[in-house]
Amino acid sequence: MRFYEYESRRLVEAAGIPVTDYGFAQTAEEARKIAQEIGGPTVIKSQVLSGGRMKAGGVQFADTPDEAARHAEAILQLEIGGHMPRGVLVDPKAQVKQEYYASVVWDGTAKKPLLLFSDMGGVDIEEVAEHHPEHVGRGHFSNLLPFSDFQAKQVIAAAGVTGRELTRLTPILARLAGLFQDRDMTLAEINPLAQLEDGSFVALDAHMEMEDEARPRQKAVLAELGIADDDVREVHEPSPFETKVGAVDAADHRGVIQGKDTGFHGNLGLVIGAGGGSLTLTDAVRSHGGDPANYSEIGGNPSVAKACGLAKAVLEKDGVEKLAVMMSIVSNTRVDIVARGVIKACLELGKEPSETIAIFRIPGAWEEEGFKILERYGIDYCDRSISMHEAARRAVASFQEDPAEAEAEAARP
Amino acid sequence: MSILIDEDTTFIVQGITGREAVNLTRECLDYGSKIVGGVTPGRKGREVHGVPVFDTVEQVVEHNGGRVPDGSVVTVPPAFTKDAVLEAIENGIKLVVIVTERIPRRDVAQMVELAGMRGARIIGPNCLGLVVPGVAKMGGIGGPARNTAQAYQTGSVGVMSRSGGMTTEISSTLTAAGLGVSTAISIGGDAIIGSTYAELMPLYEADEQTEAIVIYTEPGGRMEAQLAEWRIENDSRLPIVAFMAGRFMDDEEMKGMSFGHAGTIVEGKEDTATEKIARLESAGIPVVERIDAIPDAVKQQLSSPRNES
Repeated sequence: MRFYEYESRRLVEAAGIPVTDYGFAQTAEEARKIAQEIGGPTVIKSQVLSGGRMKAGGVQFADTPDEAARHAEAILQLEIGGHMPRGVLVDPKAQVKQEYYASVVWDGTAKKPLLLFSDMGGVDIEEVAEHHPEHVGRGHFSNLLPFSDFQAKQVIAAAGVTGRELTRLTPILARLAGLFQDRDMTLAEINPLAQLEDGSFVALDAHMEMEDEARPRQKAVLAELGIADDDVREVHEPSPFETKVGAVDAADHRGVIQGKDTGFHGNLGLVIGAGGGSLTLTDAVRSHGGDPANYSEIGGNPSVAKACGLAKAVLEKDGVEKLAVMMSIVSNTRVDIVARGVIKACLELGKEPSETIAIFRIPGAWEEEGFKILERYGIDYCDRSISMHEAARRAVASFQEDPAEAEAEAARP
Repeated sequence: MSILIDEDTTFIVQGITGREAVNLTRECLDYGSKIVGGVTPGRKGREVHGVPVFDTVEQVVEHNGGRVPDGSVVTVPPAFTKDAVLEAIENGIKLVVIVTERIPRRDVAQMVELAGMRGARIIGPNCLGLVVPGVAKMGGIGGPARNTAQAYQTGSVGVMSRSGGMTTEISSTLTAAGLGVSTAISIGGDAIIGSTYAELMPLYEADEQTEAIVIYTEPGGRMEAQLAEWRIENDSRLPIVAFMAGRFMDDEEMKGMSFGHAGTIVEGKEDTATEKIARLESAGIPVVERIDAIPDAVKQQLSSPRNES
């Protein structure tokens, strides 16, 4: 989960890294008050969970409290990257001598955290790494042994920094490494890490992301920031379909279902599984020219009610004409239970199962029982001898009015 | 032959009294695996399908006359997994299969680091384990023994997959085509896993039975790039065929969304399916577009003389 900048700054501050004397405001009046207290030029920054704030006009400079209030008013109503801001951050305009960069990320290949540092801050680190590799220092550190200052010094020195800057930056990087570990971050970034005219360092912006799986054990920290359990901060706001499927899943502990339709706009409803099977099948439908209405995952042997709930949610989506019910070979999820669920969904919505279900391809556990039920309802099904791609092709072909023409169409490369 | 496990391999199940663990214990025993004990703290004295349950791994070792089991299948809840894995490794177990999903990365990294220090190997987390067809299986892979036997027949292809279910789908396809499987491993779907493709390749390389490798891959992470590098740097005798799922995730609208597995998310350019396919192919690893195209691609690789080196 991603933190807002004002939350990230609080986390950084709590870890002992200096920050400016900023304030968080949710109204123009609050922004004016904070600017008054600061008593000089300020920066007004949109608190929104998307990048590109500067370009979108979400960062403005003000010389007076009145100007700060006017900018806050405008920024509070400015949507950026599909998100409305949570508020604005009012920051004293710093007298910056030089901008640096520091971050910690996971390296999945080394399986260790990676500390990154550069004396060219304020810009995209990937570009610095590409064009000025000698200005980037990096170093992995252990998850078992405690972090030691020399590791920070090595990384700082590798970027070509020495003197008082090196000794002043060392505790900041060490604390950032500690914050990354203690708070289960997947990204802990300070950019820019600014050196002020008086030689001191402050975090001028911070970007923190915590691993979702660690939220239960970071409850205290999240509560301190006022973040509720249901504040999930997905990249997109959940759609009505996603909310509906989530409710069906939560209502029954047996098995797991998931549904997503952000970015899907088609007419073929997908009731598919499991993790890898769903990825494979979504690709397969699209490779045959099909247009999925959604993405879904069935796994872990769901109940009839759950399979039915997912199928109904898909069928109730605007523009969905048919369902394709497909999975890779199952060993835990039962074929007969999924078959019962999807048939029940059709019947409850007054639809004819044999016309609504374009194809049923789930081989594996309890398949004999499942196939018997499907036969009774005249539903087109297949076993493992029919590949996932062939099943997807049949589902797509079922949309063509003339079956012979459809076959020819689908067979074309 | 096989890799990692064979007919003599003994293992324990940690968290054996859980619903899923009870099932996989039954499935593994039916398949011929040797499960020498189970652990659930506070449940000492019980039995699960004839397997004695203990409070600690140390007790299992004592019960077995001081013989340390070869492996452990860990199926405890995410908050307790790290402790269970550390317990297994510190008691001398050298192969740990972690089934549990939703374990925070810091815990996984700690387990993996300790395993490296102790010469132990971790498979997973978020995986179904591994199977040597007709010999033994360790984990829920393939499901009940009867289903596993149907999908997996002995053969020459090593399978590694980030998806547990797709391990079986691909193996079934290889079985139907008469190629069969040497050792199939569900390596896990998380961003950090104990054993990546490239880290397992030397084992397959040393296994006479294995003549080719098939991998199932997804967007997210650098595991495929690492394999491509391994392939370029090593004069491997084994041809590799890859299948890439999740190509639809390359759409701009899908950026930052996770599908299928925790590790399957496009965050940077390197994570995309397109980029990974290009890397694999430039390393001489063909990437097929359909599961049912895998057997022919393997046969083609096996019959063509190595000319890329």
